[in-house]
Amino acid sequence: MTALVELDKVSKFYGNIKALEGVSLEVHAGEVTCVLGDNGAGKSTLIKIIAGLHQHDAGTFTIEGEDTRLASPREALDRGIATVYQDLAVVPLMPVWRNFFLGSEPTTGVGPFKRLDVATMRETTRSELLRMGIDLRDVDQPIGTLSGGERQCVAIARAVYFGAKVLVLDEPTAALGVKQSGVVLKYVAAARDAGLGVVLITHNPHHAYLVGDRFVLLKRGTMAGSHAKSEIALEELTRQMAGGSELEQLSHELARTATPEFPGGHRPE
Amino acid sequence: MSTTVKASIRDERLLHRSLVRRLMGRPELGSVVGAVAVFLFFALTAEPFLRASSLSTVLYASSTIGIMAVPVALLMIGGEFDLSAGVMVVSSALISSMFSYQMTANTWVGVGVSLLVTLAIGVFNGVLLTRTKLPSFIITLGTFFMLTGLNLGFTKLISGTVSTKSIADMEGFESARALFASHLTIGEVDVQVTIIWWIVLVAVATWILLRTRVGNWIFAVGGNADAARAVGVPVTKTKIGLYMGVAFAAWVSGQHLLFSYDAIQSGDGVGNEFLYIIAAAVGGCLMTGGFGSAIGAAVGAFIFGMTSKGIVYAQWNPDWYKFFLGAMLLLATLLNAWVRKRAEDKS
Repeated sequence: MTALVELDKVSKFYGNIKALEGVSLEVHAGEVTCVLGDNGAGKSTLIKIIAGLHQHDAGTFTIEGEDTRLASPREALDRGIATVYQDLAVVPLMPVWRNFFLGSEPTTGVGPFKRLDVATMRETTRSELLRMGIDLRDVDQPIGTLSGGERQCVAIARAVYFGAKVLVLDEPTAALGVKQSGVVLKYVAAARDAGLGVVLITHNPHHAYLVGDRFVLLKRGTMAGSHAKSEIALEELTRQMAGGSELEQLSHELARTATPEFPGGHRPE
Repeated sequence: MSTTVKASIRDERLLHRSLVRRLMGRPELGSVVGAVAVFLFFALTAEPFLRASSLSTVLYASSTIGIMAVPVALLMIGGEFDLSAGVMVVSSALISSMFSYQMTANTWVGVGVSLLVTLAIGVFNGVLLTRTKLPSFIITLGTFFMLTGLNLGFTKLISGTVSTKSIADMEGFESARALFASHLTIGEVDVQVTIIWWIVLVAVATWILLRTRVGNWIFAVGGNADAARAVGVPVTKTKIGLYMGVAFAAWVSGQHLLFSYDAIQSGDGVGNEFLYIIAAAVGGCLMTGGFGSAIGAAVGAFIFGMTSKGIVYAQWNPDWYKFFLGAMLLLATLLNAWVRKRAEDKS
């Protein structure tokens, strides 16, 4: 089966800085590909290439077997790739229904009387969110009044509704509490079960392991590992993610040395 | 209006929000309260204020600010400022007047050339902003001074004085005056044509904002430009379009200025940009973008129309107008901030 999206040894340079080098990744329909990495590992660069914000400098990027170079986020959307960013998924002051259709608003009427199909927009927003299991009280409330988890879910529901084949999620659980993260992961699974290919960017191996089918580990702009779920256990993933040997060294450094008798250097009188 | 929710999608958990609370979510609220207060104030203190003839004077003063306040409000909702708006009005009038005079052309030719050049100035602002990604405050402060200099420089170079020659005896002057600076009598009230321009602009702007895709994009580019770009909104085009809207209104205002006096003082217009911005801010446009309304800006302009004339009717020194302007801006911005906070409370 052809992958929905496939990156093969993709590199990206910003001037003399190698942001990404030789990263390969596959996304299949109905599967979740997790990209794990610490801050500065190149996760955002990878996302920006897939989302069409930046172009890769080397390697190949294929969508459904076709070699591609995306010129804009609009083109990525037209090719079925929807990206949900952690912090910039929505416009906080706008009502939920306006956010839901932002950039792809349905219209009715012709010529100068062409207008937003507000009734449809409201109904659809409500029913689509309900379908994803989000029961919203009022689609007219500014989306900024929803919780972080709910906002992510609206963004995911939007991508699913607009027929995305590939859903790219940038750190969807990073700023969320345990319960909220669970809710978001449920929608990730729902999107996967709806037949979408999902790219989940995260630095939390526990979240990744819950829903992931493949795991790509990034480290300082290069690929540190690529595993199918059957090949790797959570402990190993966590260890690799946390930096493996680096973590051992860190634990060594942090190990308690003999406590000085008078911490702080003051001798009691 | 967008506040009416169809019964079919009403949620039973949603308590019927009180009218007061629903109104508080509207951007226009602060300005409407202010307008009522100002109206009552002058109705009580200035006896001539309530006459029908005063109403037409007040509306005329409001319309000259209001025509510009509408696109400036849209621009502010889109997250940007235009400090060059005030002098752009005069530039537009000067271009029209001097082109007609120097080329001894029909005034309509000058009016047309002026439209093109003024729109080009708007495009210049917009393109410079989106290309350089500098704050609009800096870009338009630059064009503000450049236009101020060009207005004076060119006028002196061509006319030898700081004002243009009269074009009142030129071909097409009367018909152009009919469009931009005439007045008609409805009942007892004398209605300046700018009032009609104003109302039409408010209606069109409100339609665009609330019922078109472009309106959705304007709110989005002001509220969160990166999010808008990520979902495929043409952010650059939207912003350039907003600057062209300001330029269009500057052209209308400029032609009004020209055809009501037939000659133009090239140093005029400086400082008016703040009137437009204040009217929009009083009307509920957030300084940070993403929220506001054209109707609010119109009410804001009406407040200033009432004040500038009300002070005269009350026979006070007109200098107090400036003080009022500043105080109103502060009060309105505080009130709007407070209202927003209340409206966004989840409870």
